[in-house]
Order: sequence, then structure tokens, then C-alpha cells
Amino acid sequence: MAVKVIIPTPLRAYADKQESVQLQASNVGEAMQALTARFKELKKHLYSDDGRLRSFVNVYVNDEDIRYMQKDQTPLREGDTVSIVPSIAGGLQQ
Amino acid sequence: MATKSEISTQPAPSSAPVTVSKEEVLRYSRHLIMPEVGMEGQLKLKQAKVLCIGTGGLGAPLGLYLAAAGVGRIGLVDFDTVDFTNLQRQILFSTSDVGRPKIEAASDRLRDLNPEIQIDRFETHLSSENALDILKDYDIVVDGTDNFPTRYLVNDACVLLGKPNVYGSIFRFEGQVTIFGYPDGPCYRCLYPEPPPPGLVPSCAEGGVLGVLPGIVGAIQAAETLKLIVGKGQSLVGRLLLFDALAMRFRELKLRKNPDCPVCGQHPTVTKLIDYVEFCGIRGEEAPAPQLSIPEITPRELKTRLDRGDDLFILDVREPHEYQICNLGGHLIPLGDLSKRVSELDSSREIVAHCRSGKRSAEAVDFLRRAGFRKVLNLKGGILAWSDDVDPSVPKY
Repeated sequence: MAVKVIIPTPLRAYADKQESVQLQASNVGEAMQALTARFKELKKHLYSDDGRLRSFVNVYVNDEDIRYMQKDQTPLREGDTVSIVPSIAGGLQQ
Repeated sequence: MATKSEISTQPAPSSAPVTVSKEEVLRYSRHLIMPEVGMEGQLKLKQAKVLCIGTGGLGAPLGLYLAAAGVGRIGLVDFDTVDFTNLQRQILFSTSDVGRPKIEAASDRLRDLNPEIQIDRFETHLSSENALDILKDYDIVVDGTDNFPTRYLVNDACVLLGKPNVYGSIFRFEGQVTIFGYPDGPCYRCLYPEPPPPGLVPSCAEGGVLGVLPGIVGAIQAAETLKLIVGKGQSLVGRLLLFDALAMRFRELKLRKNPDCPVCGQHPTVTKLIDYVEFCGIRGEEAPAPQLSIPEITPRELKTRLDRGDDLFILDVREPHEYQICNLGGHLIPLGDLSKRVSELDSSREIVAHCRSGKRSAEAVDFLRRAGFRKVLNLKGGILAWSDDVDPSVPKY
């Protein structure tokens, strides 16, 4: 399945400054694997050492959070949009 | 998503009916003539109590629109003073306010805009000790501070007190807006149980914000706050609005209440406020790299050594756009490119690495030492300290 993965601003530095990439994947896990294989630096920002998605990063298929679907196994259909949505805070740390 | 958007505005304490004066009818006439607000809505606004945490980029449009709309009581929390770097986006302040406490400049501006309303000033850091006490008197809390410790503090305090929390967050040219803290809606921890560790927070190289972005996001927070008060429309409860100013595109994602949420779930583990600075692992804005022994050189020592003709190679690990602002004539390799461009460096020469404040260059020095470079020093305090101690003609940013 051809799907689009949207890379958020804070992580674009680790993905060749791209806003989105087109990938072939049949579920979310495959899409994320293909993404981190293409951009190795992204991996440590998305996954902890034990391979779990970090708790300040959420992944959506279209407008649904995969935590409430089938997580990594959430199937993808042709033309789906996968969004990576990390927590952001633009202010100074006071 | 159908979520009820009426808030439980506390009834007016006195028995006297709340009315609007003739002057107020004129001031609010553009509200009064639209049915969605009308006299009923305007009276609700007059009786409403909203707490704005922070008077900066997000707090500016928020405070201005809430005051202009006639929100009867507005609390402001800020401890900071106005500086020149604020003026690019914090439109509550003018050049003549630089050096003044923000709370003073902000309340003067809002009082000038609308003398009919009450403004409460809290010139303090919001903390676990004072948060519940400050928040408890208000109907709605709007978080305009945008840093992780305050984000989690405000979230937890709002959940514990049962107050809606109008959330906005910004990064460069992207924003997020929603409403947390509704009994049947999600909270910030449902979305993000934990903050990113400091090492993964984007450094100052990737920071910065388009000046108008907090204006747009803060104005959306204001709109949501006004809608909650008058009880009209569909609120953002359960929806995360994403805004990208570069693409000029809005997107919307569904938010769900997480039954396992540590603060608002079925079996909460967070039942009182905690130490949020510790929780977020932040040891100050420019936390030193965890590696201990990074060899350093002060700007004055560097100047002395350059003046006496020592052979030093200056390595600038900032981004090209920062180099354009000011530089020490060093060889530019951004930190992120260092591993693939390390062959440009001569390990037999003594290298002094620098960045803006010394944090990224400490990482660069650590990396180079691990890669076998023996003579590498970090310029302590970066180009900012160089400007302070050696050459004040170098602009600070």
C-alpha cells in the first residue's frame, strides 16, 4: 500500500528536512520500520532502547490514535496518512 | 464529536442581579447584536473568571481578546520582565516596556483596553506549592507558558480541581490547540503520559518561533475560552487542532480519554501535585551535557592565545543561519553534520569548538574526543560569553 507519513517539525532535522515521505507498507509497524530504515537518526527519537514507541510521541492513522486501534498492527489502506505527533513546547524552560 | 461545552460558571456571590451599564452596552454592542452572544452571553462573560498563566506570546492575544470581550475577572500569572527578544511576538508589550515586570506592563495595557474588568496579578512562578491555591477561584485556566514542567503542572492541577484547561503549544511554525480537563474528556497525560527527556528536546539550534504563530494559536485559545463561557458552538474538547503556518493548513486529530491515564484514569497514581521540574528532568535552560570532563577554555583565555599567535582551529558547530547573525570566523560544521564531515578536521591541530551558549559545542567536543581527537576544547559560554567578555560588538541572539 502506498501511504504518506507526515514528519513533524521537531523531527525533520533527522529526516533530511522532509515534511512527509511516501512509503509502501501494509500496517503501521511496517511503515515506521521503513521510515526509520530510511532515516536512521529518527529511530532513537521515536523508540526507546527496548523498542517501545516513546511516551511523548503518538502515531495517528488519518485522525485516529493507533493506541486505540491495533497499535503497530493497525492496517493501512492505499492513500492513508500516518502522522507522527510529538509533544511540543516552544517556550523557554523556566 | 458532540461534547457538551457549557461550563459550570460559579454563580455570582451577591444576590444583586448582574447588569451591564449604558457604557458597557456601547462597548460590547457588536457582541450584543449577535444572537450567539447577546445580553445573556455578555452577562456570562462579565461573571466569568479566567486565569491566564503567562503573559508572553500566547498570553498576549489571549489577554487582549478576553479583556476586550469583557471577561469580568482575569487573573495573570507571570514573574518575568520584558526584554527586547520578547517584542518580536509578545504584542502586549512595547519597546518602552523593556525592563518592566511583565505583569505590570500587561495589566496596565489590559486596564487601558478595558477599565470595566477586574485584573488579578500573581507575580510569581506557578509551582506545586501555589498552583491549587491560585487556580481554585477561576472557572477556566488557559496555559500560555509553553514549557513542559508548567504544562504538566497545569494539567494535573486542573484535573484535580475539575477545571477546563485551554491548551496551546507552539514550535517554530507549528501549533497545537485543544481543551483538556473536562470530566468526560481527555487530559494532557492521556495524550502524552510523560515529557521527552531533556536530551531529546530540540536544542536552541532548532528552536525559534515565527512571531505571528503564538498570535494565531493564542487567539484560537481565546476563541475557545469565550465559547466555553457563553456555552455556544462545538468546543475543541476531544479534538487536537494542528496548525502549520508554513503550509497554512489546519488538521484535526481525535483525542480520547485514556482509561489508564495516571491522573484522570480509572486508577490514578497521581493524586496530588508532584515536583514537575524533576519529572521533566530539566536542570535549567542550558543544562550541561551529562559527560563530566569536557575540557574548556574561557573567552578571555582564547583571546589571549589568539593574540599571541597560537595555532588554534576554531570550529563553529551552529547552523548556517546562525553563522550569518554573527561568527568568530570559524570553520562551520553544524553539530548534526559533524559525524559525516569529521574528515574535514585535522586531529593534529588544537581545536576550539563553539556554539551559541556552549551546550552543543560540549556535545561536539565529547563526540570528537570519543573519535580520537586529543586536543579539543569547548569555548565556555559560547559566542554569547565572547560578546560579554571579549568583543561587545558581536551581537547576541
